[in-house]
Amino acid sequence: MRIVLTSTSPGLEAAIDPRFGRADYFLVVDIDTLEWEVHTNLGANAAGGAGIKAAQCIFNFNVAAAISGEFGPNAFDALQAAGIAMYRYGDCRTASQAIERFKVGQLEKIGAPTRQGHHGRG
Amino acid sequence: MRQLVILSGKGGTGKTSLAAAFAHLAYAGPSVLQAVLVDADVDAANLDLVLRPNRRETHDFTGGSVAMIDPQLCQGCGNCEQVCRFEAIVLPTHTQPAYAVDAIACDGCAACVYQCPEDAIHMEPQTAGRWYRSESRYGPLFHADLYPAQENSGKLVTLVKQNARLLALDTNSQVVIVDGPPGIGCPVIAAAAGAYLALIVTEPSLAGIHDLGRILQTTTHFHIPALVIINKTDIYLEGTTQIEAVCSELGIEVIGRIPFDPAVTEAMINGEPTTAYRPEAPASQAMTAAWQIVAARVNGTEAAHDDS
Amino acid sequence: MIITIASGKGGTGKTTVAASLAISLAAEQPPPPLFLDCDVEAPNAHLFLHPKLDKQQDVALLIPSVDETRCTHCGKCAEVCQYHAITVLGQKTLVFPQLCHGCGSCAALCPEKAITEIPNRMGILEHGLGRDGVAFARGVLNLGEPMAVPVIRHLLAWAQPASGQVVLRDASPGTSCPVVATIRGSDYLLLATEPTPFGLHDLRLAAQVAAKLGIPAGVIINRENSPYPDMDAFCAEKRLPVLLRIPFKRAIAEGVAQGKTLLDIHPEYGDCFRQVFRHISRRL
Repeated sequence: MRIVLTSTSPGLEAAIDPRFGRADYFLVVDIDTLEWEVHTNLGANAAGGAGIKAAQCIFNFNVAAAISGEFGPNAFDALQAAGIAMYRYGDCRTASQAIERFKVGQLEKIGAPTRQGHHGRG
Repeated sequence: MRQLVILSGKGGTGKTSLAAAFAHLAYAGPSVLQAVLVDADVDAANLDLVLRPNRRETHDFTGGSVAMIDPQLCQGCGNCEQVCRFEAIVLPTHTQPAYAVDAIACDGCAACVYQCPEDAIHMEPQTAGRWYRSESRYGPLFHADLYPAQENSGKLVTLVKQNARLLALDTNSQVVIVDGPPGIGCPVIAAAAGAYLALIVTEPSLAGIHDLGRILQTTTHFHIPALVIINKTDIYLEGTTQIEAVCSELGIEVIGRIPFDPAVTEAMINGEPTTAYRPEAPASQAMTAAWQIVAARVNGTEAAHDDS
Repeated sequence: MIITIASGKGGTGKTTVAASLAISLAAEQPPPPLFLDCDVEAPNAHLFLHPKLDKQQDVALLIPSVDETRCTHCGKCAEVCQYHAITVLGQKTLVFPQLCHGCGSCAALCPEKAITEIPNRMGILEHGLGRDGVAFARGVLNLGEPMAVPVIRHLLAWAQPASGQVVLRDASPGTSCPVVATIRGSDYLLLATEPTPFGLHDLRLAAQVAAKLGIPAGVIINRENSPYPDMDAFCAEKRLPVLLRIPFKRAIAEGVAQGKTLLDIHPEYGDCFRQVFRHISRRL
């Protein structure tokens, strides 16, 4: 199974990035083999709708789930439409930790946006 | 770590003076909280005038892009002018035979780029301002200057706040204090996003009361709990009574009343927060009392919006 | 003639000055001026001019509506949208109305002609007659809507002056896009400021906007206790005439708080503002 995690730098032991829309990097990980690849987030610099651009970006990675600190309402709508499940990091500090917790079902799954939007959607 | 945003609706009610006082009180006490400071009024950033910080980092800010027409490639078909909805295309003249873009009017939609049959138009990113990380006496300050006549102030506000947030998380700070802009539109929404608590600074004038209604409806719309503080209470006592009645009806607490006090302006001219400049002044005492309430709320354990 | 009253910093007395100027001109020769409250996020001028608002019009942006039966999910709309207001994820096309700027690109470029545009209400325009015969119009942005500029642009197109009627535009605080949208096309810019470091800092920015737009400007210094040398020096340096100095007086502050114009408090201000207007007329 492939999942994506937001990170501040390329690496499973690097500090996680709590933002989804403006995260610096996306780590795409096969949780069974632990093979991973890193992608820069093209949405990070968007004037508006960064969450949407980020969602579009990860849609092409063929992942079943996304782990981040928070998902704004636009990102939430986009990922939900794309059928990608969303989970929160909680107090995980690295992607490795989050992957371990995810595998045993210890990460919180999200059913609604976790923060207000920056551009007018409440 | 929680975000406190200071808003007003109407401009000139005293947000920045209060934000500066809170920065001082968070540092010096009573009610010490480790704070990171943000001036989110990027159109007209004034907080650094009273905090007088040392600048540590400066970054260019790229806002949106504007369209540019290559006069060599333009064949004068006028399609761009037809499709532009922002009146941003300048018609050719006898001195300038190609079509051109009015950079100030251009919204950056790129409709003309995609619909120019000669591919004569491209989008050019604009440096719209700068943001800074500075160090003040009371803690780190993130602020910015949007160049005059620029757009995307919401994006710049978000950028400044995100950087403050990341630093606050890294340094285990307890609060990010955001000095917000006036109004209720995009920069205010950006400033308020993610706030645990909004403190609305109002004044007892008809205009102040009217705009208080609009900003309170805005914070409610975005599910941000709000507290109100009345500044310059004695200029229209009837107005103060009205504000209290409105807040009571809406279930919003009024946590402070600051009298009109020349010490506030004197402190500003002196480049200091009022509470540092003259702690015994009536305004300082009221601000200090208000801070203690706000600090307790920010530090409290009731779940409103967890942002740790 | 179009005069815009702006400031940079909030709370310096734009609306007070603008309303006072309107009443001063209404007393002179007909027709009374047209007053446009362009602070669409927090409009206040009605508190001074008491208009009977009897004409209204919605402000709507055209946003995309996708016909899913024609949509092939090719993604062209998402590619051209600079605001990420429309996106394609697999077999779903999503629209985010509040990010949309109404540019029409997606509809124009959809190869299947699957996108039509539908109005999305974001504000309202209102028109009516105020006190002393002042014609009044304003725009009000709907709560929760981020963009003020479309409402301002619609207001300026909708509220047209009669022949020979002076137009006064009351701007919002700040110096970014809503203020620019208000100032554009004006003949003169009156900058209301206060003699403090905050006031001067923001006056510099406002003056830069005026210069950038090529519009002549003058300054009104409000709430003056004693002259602020740095501000006077700045105005002299930039050749910004100081057209009026209004002293700080509790009587004025209290009166304004209750919706009184400067002339209601001190009738001599009528002559002061008419003189300001004459200076502007001569300058143009």
